[in-house]
This record gives sequence, structure tokens and C-alpha cells, in this order.
Amino acid sequence: MTVRPAIRVTGLRIGWGETVLLRNLNFEVAEQDRFVILGGSGCGKSTLLQHLVGLQEPQAGAIDIAGIGPPQAEVGPPRFGVMFQSGALFGSQTLLENVALPLQRWTSLSPAAVRAVGLSRLRLVGLEGFENRLPAEISGGMKKRAGIARALALEPKLLFLDEPSAGLDPITAVELDDLLITLNEVLGVTIVLVTHELESIFKVGTNCIVLDKETQGILAHGDPRKLRDTSDIPFVRAFFHREAQVSGQINGRDDA
Amino acid sequence: MTAAYSIETKAHDDGSQTLTIAGSVTLQQASGFFRDLLERTAHGSAFTIDLAGATTFDGGSIALLISRISELEQTGTKISVVGARPDVARLLSLYECADGLCDRPPNRPGTLQQIGAATCQIIATLRDVLAFVGALTISTWRAIRDPKSVPWRSLTRLLELAGADGAPIVVLINFLIGFILGLQAALQLEKFGANIYIADLVGKSLTRELGPLMTAIVVAGRSGAAYAAELGTMKVSEEVDALRTLGFDPMRYLVIPRVIALTTMVPLLVILGNLVGLLGGLLVGVIELDLTVVGYTLQTQNSLNLWDIGGGLIKASVFGCAIALISCQRGLATRGGAAGVGASTTSAVVTILFVLVSLDALFTVLFTRWEI
Repeated sequence: MTVRPAIRVTGLRIGWGETVLLRNLNFEVAEQDRFVILGGSGCGKSTLLQHLVGLQEPQAGAIDIAGIGPPQAEVGPPRFGVMFQSGALFGSQTLLENVALPLQRWTSLSPAAVRAVGLSRLRLVGLEGFENRLPAEISGGMKKRAGIARALALEPKLLFLDEPSAGLDPITAVELDDLLITLNEVLGVTIVLVTHELESIFKVGTNCIVLDKETQGILAHGDPRKLRDTSDIPFVRAFFHREAQVSGQINGRDDA
Repeated sequence: MTAAYSIETKAHDDGSQTLTIAGSVTLQQASGFFRDLLERTAHGSAFTIDLAGATTFDGGSIALLISRISELEQTGTKISVVGARPDVARLLSLYECADGLCDRPPNRPGTLQQIGAATCQIIATLRDVLAFVGALTISTWRAIRDPKSVPWRSLTRLLELAGADGAPIVVLINFLIGFILGLQAALQLEKFGANIYIADLVGKSLTRELGPLMTAIVVAGRSGAAYAAELGTMKVSEEVDALRTLGFDPMRYLVIPRVIALTTMVPLLVILGNLVGLLGGLLVGVIELDLTVVGYTLQTQNSLNLWDIGGGLIKASVFGCAIALISCQRGLATRGGAAGVGASTTSAVVTILFVLVSLDALFTVLFTRWEI
């Protein structure tokens, strides 16, 4: 496996308006990595993901995606797939129509071919037989999987996911983790995801960064399993071992 | 509910008092308990609260006790809690305030601060509107060069929703407007024996002013509110972001079809509205003023010129465009959850009504100046 960076982030500063959330971020995501973005509540993980997919402009610094340059949404055919936290399916369209939409716009496939490809994507995420359902008629876990199917529609080599397993039952969550690993190993898709689920992190992640709200930077960088066993940074240890940092205080779980 | 607790006060020689709370306090007795507590701690400089006899407390009652203690400590009263059983003590420490201050006064901004914030808000909104107009201009240019990027299939559905589905209410409203105009005119014109001029009055006011305006108001309430709510919901559920990551420009995909739909549909609705409005006037003329159908129709034909109707249709087109632009801009600017969608919809409809009336005034000034 040739390891060259799929994403290179240099000197990135992100935030909203005047406020800075994270500053001076430098990291690389290698090709075919399963890269996890971690951190406590409100530290800017989802915002970082929005910058990586080009939905927001950085305040400073650069994001370079191999073969694309800086990510820009809505300019030409998408070069990577994005799954949103709640799936973000178009509510007035069936699952098949959702998956078919980018195919109709960005390929010259005939309607029958679009249908066949769309159905195959739904089959891939285990939603066979649900193609004519509307998003309102399926469960939360199914919406997330349909979101992945839509993100995969154009066969991207890079897939971003925002909390794919949050709020799912353990069995569905494991199935989703397996799906991500399969996509990565069989199709060679590079995966970047934000998640809180410790089991997912250890099972799926081959590389990770831990963001910190206090220092507004990267606290640790590396294989999550190694960080769990060897890191001597208190926050990183607490995070991976599920400990409260301040005794007696009940820490709320992030669901942002 | 009978009290399952008891509070006893014992005064000591040094001025301090001991409050003995016994029994069990749950949320059902809490209001009585709180009243007793306030009463018995109203006067005094030092209290010892003895909880040795307290068997059960629930969270809510403990919170009341703690909030009273914290309040008294703020005023300099000495308080000590003694004798709590282990389970009660655990509850006490769970609900204890970290810095001894349970009830912080809410941070109320001053008048000046509120005025400042509102001003900044207006400036931010204006900047958003400008950015929207700029983005829409670029997108329109791109849409003209690449017409395939506009979802024409969704346009037919939008045309049907705004036009055909809106026709019944437009017909009803315009008929009633023509009818009301006719009745009011009939009352006045009868005094002068100028009955036949009802046709002029209804015809002119309907085609030039009320037809386009009332139809636009109906469309604002139907389609304007629907667009703002639909786009707002898409925005808060990340569907707009998802569109962008799939390479779709929300302007071309969502806004341009809606602008086309209303710009073309409102004039068509106005033509329909004019027709039934004239019918309303005719009805009054025939029933109230004993005019003949032919006479009324001829008088209408004589009084109306092409510009009365054409000017009204131009207005209608501009109104339709304004409704679509404002509702889409407000929808896409939605922040927050369900409340944000509600706020955007309200703001869209209010802004549209204001803009419609302002535009109508502008048109009237221009048309009368050009003597059309």
C-alpha cells in the first residue's frame, strides 16, 4: 500500500465570525486511512468536518485534498462523499430517488442504468427492498445508512461521515462499523469520521486526532489503540478509558 | 395531602435557633414545606438545621432546602446542617451549588445594549440579503449558460402548486373584492344617478390595483409561507448542505425554479382574478342598480384600455418575483431548529406584505407620472 496523503491540512484556523474554535491545525490523512476526529463537547469536531468538505471557508490556513486542492462545495461533480449526522435525506424523495439524484446530474447513464446503480448502492448498505420508502417512513439507523448510500453514489475514493453510529442500538452500530471497514478494505475508500463511540473508534479507526477546547489545537495524534495504552496526557487517557476528569462532577455527553 | 413531615423550632439563649426537620418530604408536600421553611427562617441570625429525624427527601425538596440555605447565606445568616442520614447527605451533596450561589440573577441586557444588538442585527440581515442577491446573480448567469443544471422537472410541480392549486382561493377572494367594490360604488353612484359608472370604477380599481395586490397577498400566504418553511426545514436538517456536497447549487436547484414559478404564475392568477372580479361587479350592477348585462359589459370595455390590464400584469409579475425571492432568502437564512423555521416563515410573510405594498405605491406613482 502506497502511503501518500489524501488530505493535508496546514495552519488551519476555524471558527464562527470573530470567535476562533481551533487554531494552527496541522495533520495529514493518508490514503486508505480510517481517520477519526475526536474531542470533547463543543471543541469543533463537526465544524472541522464542515471545513474539510468545503461547506465553510477557513479563517486562515489551507486544506489540500489530493487531486482536488482546496475543497469547494457545489462546484462541478462531487469528488468525495459526505454523510451527515441525521442522514440529511431529501424528505420529498424516496430512498432510490435520493441515491439517484447525483447519478442523474453527474453521469450520462440512462434512467434504467441509474436505477440499477442506485439499487446496488442501497443493497450495499443493507436497504434492499426499501427503495420506494420515503425518509419519514424508515428508522434513524436506516436513514444514516441511506445517507451513506447516497454519499457512495458516485463511487468516491474519499468518504466523510459525521457521527455515523451515534444514537444507534449496539447491533446496528456494529453493522455500520463493519460496513465502513468493508468499504475501506474492499473498495479502497479513505474514510474520515467524527464519532464518540469508543468501540467504533477502536474497531474502525487506524489513525486519529484528539482535539482540545482549552488549547484550541490537537492534543494527540496517532493510532487510537496505541494512544489508549500509552498516552500520558490526562484528557486523552480519560477520554479513551471513559473516566470523569473532575471527580464528583457529572460530565454531559456530547450530542452536538 | 397530609403533611408527612414536621418542623420544630427551638430558640437558644445566644440568639441562634435550631430547626428540627423530621419525617419524609416529597414533591407533593414541597410547597407546604417551603412555606414552613420560609416562615421559620424569616427572622434570626444563625440557624442549625437538624436533619437527624428526616427519613426521606426527594430531589426537588432537597433543592428547595438548599436554595433557601444559599439565600440565607447571601444575607449573612449563619447556617449549619447537622445529623443528616447518609442517603440524605448524599442527596444534599449532589444538589449542592458549586460556588454557594444557587440562584444567579439572569443577565439582562440594558436598553442601550438592546438597541445596539438590534442595529447590528439589521446590518447583518442587510449584508445577508446583499450576499443572497449577489449569489443569485452569479447562479442565474451560470444557469443560463448551463440550463441542464436547473431541475426543470421540479418546476412543473411548483407551477401546479402555486398556480392550479391556488386558483380556487384566488377566484373566491377576487370575486368578493369585485362584489364589495361594486356595492360600495353603487351606494355612492346611485345618489348622483351615475349608475353606469360602476363598471368604470370596478374595472379600473380591480385591474390596476386590487386584483394584482390581493392575488399577490394570497400567493404570499400560500406559496411564500410554504417556500420559507420548506427551505428553512431543509436548511436546519442539513439537506441544503447535503445538496451542496453533491455538487448542486442551492440557488439553481431551489431558488431559481421557485422564482420562475411565481413570476409566471401570479400574472396568470391575476388574469383569472380580474375576470371573476368583474363578474362580482356585474352581479351588483345587475341586481342593485338594474343595469343590463350587455350595458355593463360594454361600459367595462369602453372604460378599460390595454394598459390598465397590462400594467396590472407587469405589477403581478414583479410581485410574484418579490414573493419568491424574499421567501427563499428567509428560508435559506434559517438558523436553529423548529423555532427558527417558524421565525423565518413569519419574517418572510411580514417582509413580503411590506414589500408588496411599497412596490404597489411605487408602481402607482410611476404609472400616474407616465400617464399610463
